Amino acid sequence: MLTPVTDADGAPFWRYAARGELRVQACADCGEPRFPPRPCCPHCRSFTSEWRPTSGRGRIWSYVVPHPPLLPDYAAQAPYNVILVELADAPRIRMVGNLVSEPGAPLGSFPPDQVRIGARVQVVFDGDGLPQWILERP
Amino acid sequence: MTGIKDATAIVGIGQTSFAKHLPEDERTLACRAVLAALDDAGIAPGEVDALASYTMEETDEVELAKAVGFGDLTFFSKIGFGGGGSCATVAHLAAAIAAGQATVGVAWRSRKRGSGPRPWTNTAVQLPTPAQWTRPFGLLRPADEIAMLARRYLHEYGATRDHLFNVALACRNRANQNPAAVMYERPLTREMYMSSRWISEPLCLYDNCLETDGALACVVVSAERARDCRRAPVYVHSAAQGLPAQHHGMVNYWNDDPLTGPAWAAARHLWKHADFTPDDVDVAQIYDAFTPLVPLSLEGYGFCGRGEGGAFTEGGALETGGRLPLNTGGGGLSEAYVHGFNLINEGVKQLRGTSTAQVPGAATCLVTAGEGVPTSALLLRN
Ligand SMILES: [Zn+2]
Repeated sequence: MLTPVTDADGAPFWRYAARGELRVQACADCGEPRFPPRPCCPHCRSFTSEWRPTSGRGRIWSYVVPHPPLLPDYAAQAPYNVILVELADAPRIRMVGNLVSEPGAPLGSFPPDQVRIGARVQVVFDGDGLPQWILERP
Repeated sequence: MTGIKDATAIVGIGQTSFAKHLPEDERTLACRAVLAALDDAGIAPGEVDALASYTMEETDEVELAKAVGFGDLTFFSKIGFGGGGSCATVAHLAAAIAAGQATVGVAWRSRKRGSGPRPWTNTAVQLPTPAQWTRPFGLLRPADEIAMLARRYLHEYGATRDHLFNVALACRNRANQNPAAVMYERPLTREMYMSSRWISEPLCLYDNCLETDGALACVVVSAERARDCRRAPVYVHSAAQGLPAQHHGMVNYWNDDPLTGPAWAAARHLWKHADFTPDDVDVAQIYDAFTPLVPLSLEGYGFCGRGEGGAFTEGGALETGGRLPLNTGGGGLSEAYVHGFNLINEGVKQLRGTSTAQVPGAATCLVTAGEGVPTSALLLRN
């Protein structure tokens, strides 16, 4: 599995994720959330930002089901789903993730043919602090 | 006349053969394509004073210049974003020549992606998109990234896999007429398409371009100089690049409106400086690394309304004799995937009247570069 190669802007996201918190960067001056994290606010050009807690709830905006040829660790789990989640608190922020059967379960644990656009999902975290998603009402 | 409108022309094109594997290396293929294009134009290599290429090109300007014996170069440009830069090579040369910075320009692409490694398998290399937000979750390949947009597109507008098949079929049918195409004499049927293996659902094998070895080049000079060349000039009528506000490379879903991509930005400039409209385009060469890029581009470049790109492909619209004959050499899906450069040369062939799938009397052609990344486009006329 590929571990996140973070940069200075993204590092806080992963530090919060390791504590089981899904936070997004927001402008400390005008309040606009932004993703991916960046040094400057595109709305008011402020360089001050904060990491705002989210409810961890969202809806599936789209999804794909990759099949091999894939990198070996991923080929072993294929076919698996990759979902794009629109956050309930900030609908214009969409995060790539995986819909799994329970926290810590592998990528292929939720049947790909049961993934639906619009389904409500809730963030969970695996043992390494990687965000995952489960159905809000299984 | 203002700007670059009809101020320059493509006067030479060249290409190597296309195959899954060619024995020669990329540099050798580049030299062969460039020399073929100059020979086609009737221009000596020593007269070349401008070069343009785009990223992911491994053959260096210095190496090429020395190997084929160019003159002193006064302009050289390398455009970013891989396949999004194909048309911009011609645009940069046209701008440089129109501005008096150079007189004879060469653009080229050489690739060994058929027999070489795939970029996404090299996990040590930082990819253009911010990989920390995608790759750990198994969104690994360009096909996965575009499939995410495609799934939403199908969902939002009621487009179907049959619409994507229409794109793949039009390209394959034209390749079946083109002896240089990798898929010459290899017909495609709906049953083959619908029963083929998945690459990244909803994209199947035939929604993906070919992995190809090959090289192409073209030569750009002023309209005045073009009159003395061996071939009839194909004028660069309008050209544009497009990197829209908020754009995010392949993963445009970090944009407020992910289904309007770079085509929309390029198209606004392209049409603003043109003497004709989408209704007047006789033939189109639209970047087809993946089939869904075609309906998205048809919308972006104004051939139909938003969400109508799928329906536009119905009734043979993209076939010879249809509303907009598409990728008449076979495109990236069925001629060769050489990062879109074959689309430029095919546009020139159409306007010379020498395509293997000639649109009778074709006088105008749209050529586009990779949609889904910062892109570029050309309107050519004869
Ligand atoms: Zn702000």
